[in-house]
Amino acid sequence: MPTRGRGRWPLRVLALGYLALILLVPVGAVLWRAFGDGVAPVWQAVTTPDALHAFWLSLLIAAIAVPLNTLFGVVCAVVLVRHRFWGRRLLDAVIDLPFAISPVVIGLALILVYGQAGWLGSWLAQRGIQVIFSLPGMVLATVFVSLPYVVREVAPVLREVGTDQEEAAWTLGASPLRAFLQVTLPAIRWGVAYGVVLTTARALGEFGAVTIVSGRLAGQTETLTLYVENRFEAFDLTGAYAASLTLAVLALLVLLAMTRIQRKEGR
Amino acid sequence: MAASAVARRRSGLGIRGGAALLRGTVTLYLSLIVILPLTAVVWRSSRGGWDAFWTAATQPQALAALRLTMAMAVVVAAGNVVMGTVVAWVLVRDEFPGKRVVNALIDLPFALPTIVAGITLLALYGSSSPVGLNLGYTRPGVVLALAFVTLPFVVRSVQPVLMTMEPDQEEAARCLGAGPLTSFRRIVLPTIAPALLAGAALAFARAVGEFGSVVILSGNIPYRTEVASVHVFSLVENDDVASAAAVSVVLLATSVLVLAGLNLIQRRRTRHAD
Amino acid sequence: MSILVRNATRRFGDFTALDDVSVEIPSGSLTALLGPSGSGKSTLLRVIAGLERPDAGTVEIDGRDATSLPPQRRGVGFVFQHYAAFKHMTVRENVAFGLKVARRPRAEIRARVDELLELVQLPGLADRYPAQLSGGQRQRMALARSLAVQPSVLLLDEPFGALDARVRQELRAWLRHLHDEVHVTTVFVTHDQEEAMEVADQIVVMNHGRVEQVGGPRDLYEHPANAFVMGFVGQVTRLGEFFIRPHDVEVRREPNGTTSEAMVERLVHLGFEVRADLVLHDGQRLQAQLSREEAEELELVQGQIVFVRPSRTRQFADAQAS
Repeated sequence: MPTRGRGRWPLRVLALGYLALILLVPVGAVLWRAFGDGVAPVWQAVTTPDALHAFWLSLLIAAIAVPLNTLFGVVCAVVLVRHRFWGRRLLDAVIDLPFAISPVVIGLALILVYGQAGWLGSWLAQRGIQVIFSLPGMVLATVFVSLPYVVREVAPVLREVGTDQEEAAWTLGASPLRAFLQVTLPAIRWGVAYGVVLTTARALGEFGAVTIVSGRLAGQTETLTLYVENRFEAFDLTGAYAASLTLAVLALLVLLAMTRIQRKEGR
Repeated sequence: MAASAVARRRSGLGIRGGAALLRGTVTLYLSLIVILPLTAVVWRSSRGGWDAFWTAATQPQALAALRLTMAMAVVVAAGNVVMGTVVAWVLVRDEFPGKRVVNALIDLPFALPTIVAGITLLALYGSSSPVGLNLGYTRPGVVLALAFVTLPFVVRSVQPVLMTMEPDQEEAARCLGAGPLTSFRRIVLPTIAPALLAGAALAFARAVGEFGSVVILSGNIPYRTEVASVHVFSLVENDDVASAAAVSVVLLATSVLVLAGLNLIQRRRTRHAD
Repeated sequence: MSILVRNATRRFGDFTALDDVSVEIPSGSLTALLGPSGSGKSTLLRVIAGLERPDAGTVEIDGRDATSLPPQRRGVGFVFQHYAAFKHMTVRENVAFGLKVARRPRAEIRARVDELLELVQLPGLADRYPAQLSGGQRQRMALARSLAVQPSVLLLDEPFGALDARVRQELRAWLRHLHDEVHVTTVFVTHDQEEAMEVADQIVVMNHGRVEQVGGPRDLYEHPANAFVMGFVGQVTRLGEFFIRPHDVEVRREPNGTTSEAMVERLVHLGFEVRADLVLHDGQRLQAQLSREEAEELELVQGQIVFVRPSRTRQFADAQAS
């Protein structure tokens, strides 16, 4: 029931005012600040070797973490929705943990296990595999924080699709795998797509866990988010704003993708 | 039900073995990435016994950070309960040009990296603020950062409930003489209450653990604006892993409690849904 | 292709869906599994299809033991209540699915799909998506899809349950007609006794996971094995331990020595028939069903005293006196 009459305006002003204050104006400020001295300095700042390396490193980590979590997400959704077993509630709860845990705690946790002196880290170090302060560690941290998204988006869609179509495919001679790939997967594809978009956004934006786990070696283990902080601490505000701008543009692309997919799903 | 009997429910030969394989893979993945590391934190914090743990966790600076964090998180969660509901209400029940854009922008804090959020807020409300406000390195600044990152939780939680609410109940109330405020209090609020609580709980949990936006905006002044996550960070940087683990366990316990509470709310929700 | 189920048992936790069920389905027949919800009829169908595995018992299809065969290898076609259409594929792609899995040559697939669409009267809709079809059309597409792979057995799980009454009637007749043309051993599940009686050669009546009786429609109606079957397959009215069909209650204006006195408590005119709720001297209630003409002849009105006599009754050893 739409709000009628004069009651509309106070609420509307309140809501939009709050949003403007918290969301919109700050984002506008970054744009304004970044281009304060013109476009050229921004372009320069964004194309320094360290900045470019950070950019590509962020993309690389996302390119590894997102497919891993997508595969896990779909499999896990199948297990959650279609299987009944002791410990299902527990599994459900564990999946939600990355939502609620502080990223620095995550970073610490990974160091304790995969660091040089860690539970698995010492064993890995003996075989010459370095996890912490290196790419694998950063990927691990990113996987941890972006773990739940695909599962949480796919599970309800999978539940709704049900098993009838797959069973029909079985009776028509398709193997279980084929039936899943050709019949069920297309039916859940928008859930998967939405989950992938959210996972990517989270992966690209990760800061806290990766900062602990990476050692922040400029030009080597610095992602774009770490680079922003690096420039800020070095009082290179233009550099910080420029890199922030890049991330903000990526964020807006993500938002766009989210909106598009929502429409496809008919939300 | 025995797991094997249930696995057989999905008949066909390959499925039985396949199901176990899938479950095993999922468990392995989660163990290596989530369960093992978190267990390591708990274990590390308890290595020196209960005394060592207690000392580390109640160290004055740690305690101050924890107190500050919890207080801020409660304030922000409460603020979100109010403003989140207002925003959700306006988005569902009101029409204005650009509403679709505004609706999409609600998800911005999800999409924007926290460090960028910190920087943008500092740019606008920090020392060189064009608006003349200086919230940098202050507690209100922390609240502001937390309000930004937790904005979507309550809004997105309440929105679907509002959208699927049928008008009959409110119309009936109107026929019986209820004004808009009463109608909201008596009819809408009880309906959205579980979603509201769930959103608030998520916002609280997020605020307690928030790092990226706060580390820039707050200045991390111990005892004044240093939040728990930043404190843990500095402990790790100083190689004081034991203390870091102890404070982390407190944060973990908070998260787990919040998740458990959420779970309870969800279950009550499904019961009332009939 | 006959089907033989022997001693099938299936439990879901505490609930026994099938309790030592044995059923024989003759080759080429059209059999209905009839029963209320929870009677186990759908479970039995799914056991035959291989979509459920029984905890005990065997399934033979055309003389071969199929109990441990997955549905892919049983040669059964299955039609679901809610169509199970592959929503992201066109009608043509849906119907062709089984043939593609079997790696038939493209030309053959095309020809067969066209042939089937003609058979189910959906020509010209080949390039539509299921969402663009009506419920009845979707179900016919599902049928064409399952017939494409030339199954030896066709199984339908409440195939018309999701459709509205008129479409249901049409498709019932159409299924019977199709069976007469195609002659595939067909088994369908329904809770609607009228549907079973109208369509099937043989009806298997089930209740609480057990087979109550197997027989043709007339057989079940005239010679029900127990109270449940009698009540499920038609109307029943009771007089003490006697079970009577309402139309077997003779109503007269005058007594003739074998009749009992009764008062017409209520008369309901149902168009072609009239139902009289009668009360006997001792307070027992009885229902009689008469044709319009009979009621007119007797000049029946409410409150009238008449004399009744059941012309046919049945007694069941296990029935409890009401």
